[in-house]
Amino acid sequence: MADRVSAVLAAMAAVDGNAASVTDRVCMAATGLLSLNGAGLSLMVDGELRGTAGATGPGIEAIQELQLSLGQGPCVDAWTLREPVTESDLADPVLLRWPAFAQEAVETGVRAVFAFPLQLGAIRIGVLALYRERPGGLSGDEFGDGLVLADVAVHVVLGLQAGARPDTLHELLAGQPAYWAEVHQATGMISAQLGVSLEEAFVRLRAASFAASRQLRDVAGDVVERRLRLEPS
Amino acid sequence: MAREQRIVETFVEFADTLVAHFDVVEFLHRVAERSVELLDCVEAGVLIADAAGGLRVMASSSERAEALELLQAQNAEGPCFECFQRARLVFSTDLAADAARWPLFAPAAVRARFGSVHAVPMRAHGKTIGALNLFRSNVGRLAVPDVPVSQGMADIAAIGLLNEREARETHDTVSQLQRALQSRVVIEQAKGLLAERLQLSMDEAFARLRGYAREHSHRLSQVADELIDGRLADTALIEKARRRDASDR
Repeated sequence: MADRVSAVLAAMAAVDGNAASVTDRVCMAATGLLSLNGAGLSLMVDGELRGTAGATGPGIEAIQELQLSLGQGPCVDAWTLREPVTESDLADPVLLRWPAFAQEAVETGVRAVFAFPLQLGAIRIGVLALYRERPGGLSGDEFGDGLVLADVAVHVVLGLQAGARPDTLHELLAGQPAYWAEVHQATGMISAQLGVSLEEAFVRLRAASFAASRQLRDVAGDVVERRLRLEPS
Repeated sequence: MAREQRIVETFVEFADTLVAHFDVVEFLHRVAERSVELLDCVEAGVLIADAAGGLRVMASSSERAEALELLQAQNAEGPCFECFQRARLVFSTDLAADAARWPLFAPAAVRARFGSVHAVPMRAHGKTIGALNLFRSNVGRLAVPDVPVSQGMADIAAIGLLNEREARETHDTVSQLQRALQSRVVIEQAKGLLAERLQLSMDEAFARLRGYAREHSHRLSQVADELIDGRLADTALIEKARRRDASDR
């Protein structure tokens, strides 16, 4: 497994697992890795970005929620654009975007924000936002860590939906599931077979791999070769 | 047609694409396909590094399972992995003799009936961002005149990856590679969807998506997006295929 992924998993393991949900732990790991003052994670519900599924504290949760209620901010833009949106100084007087959000964020002590969409191809599940109290951008390595954290969050959230136990993070990321073309092809096929969304199809595929104690990729290969057809639930 | 003429035409075609609004996955597939046409190799693939430092397949000259498998398997060893790590051309003139060097990759390549392999670094802004993998049936090295052409192919693939959109923010290389990787995942999902709905092989499904994109001057990733969200009906891709079959006759 790549070093960056291992670093993220180690940081998550270092967080007191009993004290927090897995999504909270993703946020806490991000905070530790990137010297942030907090991180928040919002998920999609019924096609819209809604609610906060993870945060490092009430202040961060409020900033995260604020963007959803105002309909503006880096989280909203990262969600809409499907790519990372970063702002290195929210107090910059020439900052034109998100006036209401920027003012409140600065008042609560946040100066820089980095929002990463949580997605796997056309499967879009939410946004992870990282907040810092000092102005300044992320270095190239830190930005890379942000992308890896977002990927980890995607597999954690989808894995939990498929019934994974929260303490099996390594298992969810073992074999680098996103690397294999057949995983995505099988997701598309299952979506057509069962008439479900791609997200639901991926979750079914993942659940089938758990049930059979097999690698996601091998089960996906069977679906693509039409040796395996998942039953409607 | 003379070989030189074909090389010139290929690079003119690439240049034309790069100044237009193009699709990166489609572009890289064409680089892989043209590599097989112009160079002494039977399969080609493009791998790029993701944010975690792993190598991921972006395009291949065919969907032949053995070739794809060999490309996908190069996360920890193999010519592409080594090429990326060392930022230089890496080759094996005789894969059967290189089992000690690449214990997983080399025997698998031999089983797939490849004799030799070259991995050419894709470089941009002083960084290696991926590798172009060339598989040959025979043992031996690429012919001398093929070497600069293969580097040209790898360079143009790198340019394509980083120029799909205007440079906007500071993390551009990483962001653009990430975007390309996501785009490839969307296309794989769309292939699966279409293959199941129309009962096609993955190869055929991909050919239909590409054909439709080309004929309508849409980006491949846009066609994939529209198929997934239902804006594009799969029947549009059936009709097109029937008409094409008819005109072939």
